[in-house]
Amino acid sequence: MEPSEHLFRHEAGRMVATLTRIFGTRNIALAEDVVQDAFCRAFEVWKVRGVPENPSAWLMATAKNRAIDALRRERTARTFEPELSRLIQSEWTLAPGVEELFSENKIKDDSLRMMFSCCHPRLGEEAQVALMLNILCGFSIGEVAAAFVSTHSAIEKRISRAKKVLASSKKLFDVSAGTEFSSRVPAVQRALYLLFNEGYHGASPESAVRVDLCREAMRLTAILLEHPLGATPATYALAALMHLDAARLSTRTDSSGNLSSLFDQDRSQWDSPLIAEGQRLLDLSATGPDLTEYHLEAAIAWVHATAGKTENTNWEHIVSLYDRLMTIRPSPVVALNRAIALGQLEGPVRGLEEILAITNRDRLMTYPFYFAALGEFQSRAGRYDLAQEQFLKAIDLARNPMERNFLEARFHTCARAAILAPASAIVSK
Amino acid sequence: MSEFVFLYRGGSRDGSPAEMQQVMQKWMNWLKGLGEKGHIKDQGQPLERTGKLVKGRQKTVTDGPFAETKDIVGGYTLIEARDLDQAVELSKGCPILEREGAVEVRPVMKMSM
Repeated sequence: MEPSEHLFRHEAGRMVATLTRIFGTRNIALAEDVVQDAFCRAFEVWKVRGVPENPSAWLMATAKNRAIDALRRERTARTFEPELSRLIQSEWTLAPGVEELFSENKIKDDSLRMMFSCCHPRLGEEAQVALMLNILCGFSIGEVAAAFVSTHSAIEKRISRAKKVLASSKKLFDVSAGTEFSSRVPAVQRALYLLFNEGYHGASPESAVRVDLCREAMRLTAILLEHPLGATPATYALAALMHLDAARLSTRTDSSGNLSSLFDQDRSQWDSPLIAEGQRLLDLSATGPDLTEYHLEAAIAWVHATAGKTENTNWEHIVSLYDRLMTIRPSPVVALNRAIALGQLEGPVRGLEEILAITNRDRLMTYPFYFAALGEFQSRAGRYDLAQEQFLKAIDLARNPMERNFLEARFHTCARAAILAPASAIVSK
Repeated sequence: MSEFVFLYRGGSRDGSPAEMQQVMQKWMNWLKGLGEKGHIKDQGQPLERTGKLVKGRQKTVTDGPFAETKDIVGGYTLIEARDLDQAVELSKGCPILEREGAVEVRPVMKMSM
């Protein structure tokens, strides 16, 4: 049979989670070695003999046997969890004991436990996301570095520091303890949100990488939704937001691989099953007293996804949603998006005023789409020379060739317009 | 048609899960292609990289591996080809060549002269 697209990646995450639970967090490196070993075997056997009927079970069984070997070899050299230490002292209990630890109901929540463990309060948000990608999504250091457009050594440092924090916690997070669970849920949601955003808006020039990140965020969010305490209205809203945005993912670049703005996207290509699922999740999120940033962002995505045509977008509704988002989670980027929506509603001059009135605007000075938004509104106001200046600044800040091409195209459009319509430019000044 | 053995030597086993899956997929495609063209007599088996070496009249037994890591035989396939040249051509598609490995192409001796 053909293996599913990300079989190795997903199984690696699941297996490291299970083995870390069994070996104890301080032995996470051993868990990773055992998993790597199991994959080497799968690789060698499957490439010649084909992928077995149930590859997940095959891999888990191989990991179990490798784990028994490792425990036999390391039982005196390492410290394991007390429960495991008792089991591995005698050959009589070693294999059946490990067998029991690998039973289906025991490994059910391992990925969730690992997800919560990665969101340790002592770790920064960036470290949490990097750790999740590395451990739970089977990304190598190099692949995490490519996703974040960072250097190998910077990511390696970040992940190894994060793993030390993880190793210092006594055991994997206990997902059966109600209050502790609920108090860490917001951090987990936030990390999943950032992971998705890195895929959706991130700087990686490869759209395949970004699609992977979005999918991983959605996969992990689905795991969170399976747990009764994880399935909060905010988690439903987060999942809705991801589905509604992901529905537009494939049209963010056109057929020649160039970035395409929301206004130019081929809306007939938006993924309607994803939109429908997003809508269903959004309905499920509409319970309880809490209105989170995820609810608002999902609602904004929903307005865009269901507008049909750009001209039919209900900008008034979008502005009001951004207004509320600014009270819950104010940030210069949210303010910029609000200003852009307001410019759509009330015209480019109003949009420009709002952008220039953003508090902490200096924090947007490295963000290419801040200058692109200024350029866009200047251009729509007929001030093509000023628009060109803004697009030039944006081009300087472009984070990848795709963004650069997109901004250069906008710049040239303005340059052409300036030649064709100098009179109108003077009039509107 | 003559028979040949492909011995796969060395080959890096490092890589992220996604990379390993990609390489595995290449192997599967390559072997499938050879099979469809009727070149596979026996798809063969992967071999453990450990084992024992029994040597000489004294029958001394030593632990494997028996060669430099880069030369260890990791598996074999029995191939049917017109002649050695064609067998060599077929081996050139092997994904092990992209991963610091080698294919040793050996004609199987014929019974009839």
